[in-house]
Amino acid sequence: MSSLTTIPIHYYLVFCSVLFCIGVLGVLIKRNALLILMSIELMINSINLLLAAFSAYTNDPAGQIFVFFIMVVAAAEVAIGLAIVVLIYRTTHSIDINVLNKLKW
Amino acid sequence: MNLIIILIPLFPLLGFLISGLGYRTVPRKVIAVLSPGMVLFSFILSVILFITIQQSATALTCTLFSWIRIGPLDIPFSFLADPLSCLMLLVVTGVGFVIHVYSVGYMKEDAGFNRFFSYMNLFVFSMLLLVMGANYPVMFIGWEGVGLCSYLLIGFWFKNHDYNNAAKKAFIMNRIGDLGFLMGMFLIYTTFSTLNYQDVFSQARGMSFGNPAVVAITLLLFVGAVGKSAQIPLYTWLPDAMAGPTPVSALIHAATMVTAGVYMVARSNILYVLSPATMAIMGITGLATALFAASIAIFQNDIKKILAYSTISQLGYMFVGLSVGAFTGAMFHLTTHAFFKALLFLGAGSVIHALRGEQDIRKMGGLKKAMPKTYWTFLVATIAIAGIPPFSGFFSKDEILARTFEFQPAIWALAVAGSLMTAFYMFRLLYLTFFSEFRGTESQKHHLHESPAVMTIPLIILALLAAFGGFINLPGLFGGDSGLSRFLAPVFADAGKVMEHEAPLSHGTEWMLMGITLAGVLAMVAWAWFRFVKKRHGLLPDEAPRPFVVKLVANKFYIDELYRAIIEKPLLRLSEILHEYVERRFIDRIVNGLGSMVVWTGNTVRYIQTGNVGFYMFIMILGIILILFFNILI
Repeated sequence: MSSLTTIPIHYYLVFCSVLFCIGVLGVLIKRNALLILMSIELMINSINLLLAAFSAYTNDPAGQIFVFFIMVVAAAEVAIGLAIVVLIYRTTHSIDINVLNKLKW
Repeated sequence: MNLIIILIPLFPLLGFLISGLGYRTVPRKVIAVLSPGMVLFSFILSVILFITIQQSATALTCTLFSWIRIGPLDIPFSFLADPLSCLMLLVVTGVGFVIHVYSVGYMKEDAGFNRFFSYMNLFVFSMLLLVMGANYPVMFIGWEGVGLCSYLLIGFWFKNHDYNNAAKKAFIMNRIGDLGFLMGMFLIYTTFSTLNYQDVFSQARGMSFGNPAVVAITLLLFVGAVGKSAQIPLYTWLPDAMAGPTPVSALIHAATMVTAGVYMVARSNILYVLSPATMAIMGITGLATALFAASIAIFQNDIKKILAYSTISQLGYMFVGLSVGAFTGAMFHLTTHAFFKALLFLGAGSVIHALRGEQDIRKMGGLKKAMPKTYWTFLVATIAIAGIPPFSGFFSKDEILARTFEFQPAIWALAVAGSLMTAFYMFRLLYLTFFSEFRGTESQKHHLHESPAVMTIPLIILALLAAFGGFINLPGLFGGDSGLSRFLAPVFADAGKVMEHEAPLSHGTEWMLMGITLAGVLAMVAWAWFRFVKKRHGLLPDEAPRPFVVKLVANKFYIDELYRAIIEKPLLRLSEILHEYVERRFIDRIVNGLGSMVVWTGNTVRYIQTGNVGFYMFIMILGIILILFFNILI
């Protein structure tokens, strides 16, 4: 606890922003569906970290409770996401998202 | 008493609802008793009301409910029972009942029997609202209601295209008048801040002679009267309105509805006496109409058209009477006219019935023997309208003529000329229809018969009224007591104070005027007999060559054609131009342009949807970044 409070809050802000941007870039650049899912997880976790940091900083436990909820929801989301990826692989024998361009014009 | 006042219009409304809602289910026999019965109830109650009013000599106001209440505007739905409305009530319900009974016989074989009676009852209801309303808006409901019924009944045989056009013509012509009435009401409200008769009139009493606001109000109201009472220039609908069944012509287009304008002016008498300009215009209009319509009637050959022009002419007389301040005279003539003109129309209906729809008097003749009852009653009505004593028309017309002489002898001379024409064309009609020998086809001759009792009894009742109706207002000259004048005196009392009175005519002058008129009328009767019975003139077909003036008059001065040329054609052309240039080339292009723009944009923009998920995400994130960026900026 003491080490958390000794590190100034803006360190967390910068770190989380960087982490979030990496996630965004991953989503944008990667063509592999699995890696995109992982990038999304990265974004969620950066947000979680920020919530926890502010929770400790303001001495308000509500933020940490939020983190638990988000983790649960993220787990469920990943489960569905992975199921979709599995189905995509079964139909197209690939997990490259650029193959999925039938819905156009 | 209030209950009686409310019940009077309620009975015909009930009759309308029963025969209207149940026109498929209620049997004819029930309607044939119910519809006239409802009007009879109203008539009986009107008589009771009349007696009460006559004895108490007061006006009763009966408020049903507060109808419109917005800020300072408060219009109660209320009825007024005073001598004037009582007189109208008796005329409307009395003549209305007789005509209803007649219709039972006349419409017996018509498929639309129930529909006919529902309209007739609705008409009586509207007419009662018109005469009983205690303020202008209630009168206006009735005013519009009778217009609607007139439309429905003119176009009663709606499968005939011409009849429908006649109905529409009547409706549109009336609409012009109604606009004047409506604007007159608005002006009354802005001037007096109320629309109740009693409040308006009591305020008007304090106003100066020739007040511009009052002049404007009366002029606008008079426009309404011109439309409803078929005066120049809006009279052309009435001859066409003869397309309706004959009892309709008798009830609506002779006895009651067309006299609504006269009633309205008489009702607003205090306003009219305060505006000399309106009175002058009304007098000129009335006189011109009386002469103009009478001259047209001389050369018409359709039995109902002659009567229609005669009605227009007689209404002109009533307006002349009103314009010289002879309000009682006008109301008296309205009453007697209701009797003898209804009788003439019903007699004509009886003739048309016997001839299976023939209306051309050149193909009639000699009906005297075949239809004695119709002949005798028709003769009574003809004598009454021609103004031969002691029949009713003589007294009422004489009263108007005497007052015009007091006012201005020149007007009297013109009015007498009109009444000579009236005598001439009415006796022409009588001679051509009932005298000489029958000129129709053999099968018609075989079919000739007197109408059934259900039709002749109303004729006889009306004939009695037409013969003796004049005695309700027998002038002092004949030892009478001017009963109607005394009865109506409270209504016209204030107007009488405003009108400057010339010295009443001496009895000698009155006898002389009467003598001149009567001698002229009798000469006309004799001349008509000479021409149409002795010499057998007036039987030429329409195509026969005739002098220019005769042709002009016989074609009704080409007024219909004139209206068509100066109003209908330009309007049609304007509509075509607007349709082509504004509608199709302007508005349509905007609307179509909007549509094609949307299609074009969609066609162009849809290529953004590439199907590439990465691209979508990129756009999405770009969007979010932009929103955040602008959020910071602002």
